[in-house]
Amino acid sequence: MNNDMLMLGGKAFSSRFILGSGKYSPALITAAVQDAGAEIITLAVRRANTAQEESILAHIPEGVTLLPNTSGARNAEEAVRIAKLARALGCGDFIKVEIMQDSKYLLPDNRETIRATEMLADEGFVVLPYMFPDLYAARDLVKAGAAAVMPLGAPIGSNQGLAAKAFIQILIDEIDLPVIVDAGIGKPSQACEAMEMGAAAVMANTALATAGNLPLMAAAFGKAVAAGREAYLAGLGRVLVRGAAASDPLTGFLRD
Amino acid sequence: MEERFLTDDSHLSPEARAKKHRLEQDPGSRTDHMAYTEDMEQLDSDLQQQVLSAMRAYHPEAYTAADVRRALEHDTCTVEDLKALLSPAAEPFAEQMAQRASQETAKHFGNTVYLFTPLYIANYCENYCVYCGFNCYNDIRRQRLTAEQIEREMEVIARSGMEEILLLTGESRAQSDLQYIGEACKLARKYFRMVGIEVYPMNTEDYRYLHQCGVDYVTVFQETYDPDRYEQLHLAGHKRVFPYRFDAQERALRAGMRGVACSALLGLSDFRKDAFATALHACLLQKKFPHAEISLSCPRLRPIIHNEKIHPLDVHEKQLCQVLCAYRLFLPFVGITVSSRESERFRNGIVKIAATKVSAGVSTGVGDHESKYEGKTDATAEGDAQFEIDDGRSLGAMYADLSAEGLQPVLNDYLYV
Repeated sequence: MNNDMLMLGGKAFSSRFILGSGKYSPALITAAVQDAGAEIITLAVRRANTAQEESILAHIPEGVTLLPNTSGARNAEEAVRIAKLARALGCGDFIKVEIMQDSKYLLPDNRETIRATEMLADEGFVVLPYMFPDLYAARDLVKAGAAAVMPLGAPIGSNQGLAAKAFIQILIDEIDLPVIVDAGIGKPSQACEAMEMGAAAVMANTALATAGNLPLMAAAFGKAVAAGREAYLAGLGRVLVRGAAASDPLTGFLRD
Repeated sequence: MEERFLTDDSHLSPEARAKKHRLEQDPGSRTDHMAYTEDMEQLDSDLQQQVLSAMRAYHPEAYTAADVRRALEHDTCTVEDLKALLSPAAEPFAEQMAQRASQETAKHFGNTVYLFTPLYIANYCENYCVYCGFNCYNDIRRQRLTAEQIEREMEVIARSGMEEILLLTGESRAQSDLQYIGEACKLARKYFRMVGIEVYPMNTEDYRYLHQCGVDYVTVFQETYDPDRYEQLHLAGHKRVFPYRFDAQERALRAGMRGVACSALLGLSDFRKDAFATALHACLLQKKFPHAEISLSCPRLRPIIHNEKIHPLDVHEKQLCQVLCAYRLFLPFVGITVSSRESERFRNGIVKIAATKVSAGVSTGVGDHESKYEGKTDATAEGDAQFEIDDGRSLGAMYADLSAEGLQPVLNDYLYV
């Protein structure tokens, strides 16, 4: 299992749980790293734009890769500006593109996201675009130079799980890049389900941030993601595949 | 005019006093409050008509406990549900509403609470709004800070750790002109990460200029959404023009501002109808400008200098809480700001239910932060306050109190791009 690494932008990660950026607190970061084993932590650049004593940057442990995001961007140009600011702040070359033009549902704008991905990939960023799970958009993102695609599971913060499951499965089947499920994951079982489907990683935030016992929930997520990954690698057994398993009811008449 | 709004006017010249009395007593002496003046931009927008006709058709007494129960069972709150939740029939459901509201707030905002402080840079006003301490006939110390004084105030506030500021003026275009406000905004950008304004409504091009000066958020309170009541309370000045004020948020968004805030001043009119109109206004703005960050405030009337009799009538804390829960259930994604007009106890409770932003270290006077924050007094250089505040906690105290409640105070979550 040690060889099963998540490769992003030439970097290898053994954990497939990524901490999202929605509701930050130092305790959440600690739990995500220590209890869920997260090696990648998303960071909203606008939220790090503070002199606050408890500045988020100060709480990112050594060895953890920062994934700054462009939340607050309403179009590709704003996303590029925020990405460059993140780089200037010393956050590295990873960037999660988040472009939203709707304050109610916070759904990503695929068209602007594709434009931003192209511009940022040209500038040498490792671009991980947050997207609505649309096959055509995902193909365009591949062409634009994305390092992975990050379809939403459900509307952000909704805890609805894999509401977009069928469309995410299509991306997993058709796109030759890691597919990281982002947003909507409300409980460990949903994270596990996404991993069983073949997602390369899962991102969550609200589900942990609002849990009664944060470290315990973080640990549960870590295990669920690992279990789902192992199930995927093992190949789902016959009780899990669709339909019955009677022995050759239709083709028994064929002769060698 | 109601007796509760009458203040001593013996300081006025006989002519001024006569004019004031005429405005108060003779509606015929007042201008048409629905007519734009020549300098006011008119938008081609039907938002106002939509909000006003819906408000007129809303009869809070018509709703029953069954309507409220139905509203609370729905996953998404419809306009009809909002009407039920704001009705008197919903009062016995305060706890259920608070529980649901609290869940929605947590889903969208986690346990974060944003902090900001207002900074009044001038209190000159050309309007006669009978409930406001800054009104042009009220005998208060007027002040308009110079650029140096503004910078001094900002230094003091920034030293306290505050990162978001809301700049306010009285509504005088002569004393606080666009350039004056613009320069203050540029200074604010130096000391703070997020700058909002709450000044007189202006045309789109003026908002565009202020946006270039570093402002991204515009707050305009409609005070009351009932045009007839509005007419009785705003007797003179630019502010008298109801429709121009109503369209302010739309002009600000067209000018490129990132977000706007709406509000009625509860206690001026039928608060249930006003709250309904406020929420609908916010909802329709977001529909028309999907990217806009919308927030709501919920000020209640407060006593002012020379008039201790002013109070929010039938809007007690219980009703205010009902309004805020209804706002949260109808618009789960909007920011809700609760100012220092409300008590420490109320604010400590409401941040766990519906509010997402509170003010701290507040002065509603002009140029008195140094004396209030650091004890250096020079009262001659200070202008009087717009209204009396209730919760006087400093940033440090507010921060500590929120943290102790398991909430996460946030000083900034914004970038000017």
